[in-house]
Amino acid sequence: MRKVLALLLVLAVGAGFCAVLAKIPFGTDKVDVANHYMRKGVEETGAGNIVTSVVVTYRGFDTLGEVTILFIVAIGLGAVLFVEKRPAGEQKEEASLIVRTGSKVLFLPIILLGVYIFVHGHLTPGGGFQGGAVMASGFLLLYLAWPRHRAGRRTFSAVESLAGVAFVAIGLLGVACGVGFLGNFLPLGTRYALLSAGVIPIIYVAIGLKVGAELAGVVANLMERE
Amino acid sequence: MTIIQAVLISLMLVAAAATSVFKDLISAVVACAAVSLLASVLFYLLDAPDVAMAEAAIGAGLTTAIFVLAVVKTQRHEG
Repeated sequence: MRKVLALLLVLAVGAGFCAVLAKIPFGTDKVDVANHYMRKGVEETGAGNIVTSVVVTYRGFDTLGEVTILFIVAIGLGAVLFVEKRPAGEQKEEASLIVRTGSKVLFLPIILLGVYIFVHGHLTPGGGFQGGAVMASGFLLLYLAWPRHRAGRRTFSAVESLAGVAFVAIGLLGVACGVGFLGNFLPLGTRYALLSAGVIPIIYVAIGLKVGAELAGVVANLMERE
Repeated sequence: MTIIQAVLISLMLVAAAATSVFKDLISAVVACAAVSLLASVLFYLLDAPDVAMAEAAIGAGLTTAIFVLAVVKTQRHEG
């Protein structure tokens, strides 16, 4: 009986999805806003990657909201999982030689890739969120290889807080310069150069560090908890 | 839809079904990661490299690690 009910429910939800998807005109003309972003985006923001120009400039306030949500999630997890002092005499198993050697070789390239992704956020695909996640996966590898060492949780929270403050401070500087919250008050520079697109690279570095420190802190908290 | 996309989508369906069928939770988590990985390849083929990167790093990487940690610290088999 329950299975029949579940099947009926799934079918009803599926029918709803189909009905909605059938109405969405995929691949037809875009609305005015999307057209504006595609035609004027590069010119107005100086960012070669239109996705970034939307995420950081046109919809910068939404991005601040997303970063805030992630921050609250990390705080909540830290509060639930926090252990002040681990019981004495507790021994963790050492990881195998292959994992330890692999992490030594791979850790720095992974961090470098993450930094590359968010520093070039305005030029190539990817940005603060992707780069931060890649960096956090590097720290995950480190924790898997050396479960006994727990360096860095304080550093993570410090980096996270500073990056968050930097993000909001840049937004407020925009207000002070008269271009609105998170507006661009720097010269756009040469298009497609690394130092171009005004405040976008600065904001993306802040977002990248913040997301990376937050996710790495989440992983560190989870590994710590027995 | 090209043949590659059709193959990817059918593999995703198989992996998604496997996720719900497996009783061993670690296997289920790996199948779940496979769904994310295939989805990220599909996003790349659909000209959305930004989304593909996020899906690969978060969906296939970090989420899997967090699930595995949770399973290791609770029970491995669904009872």
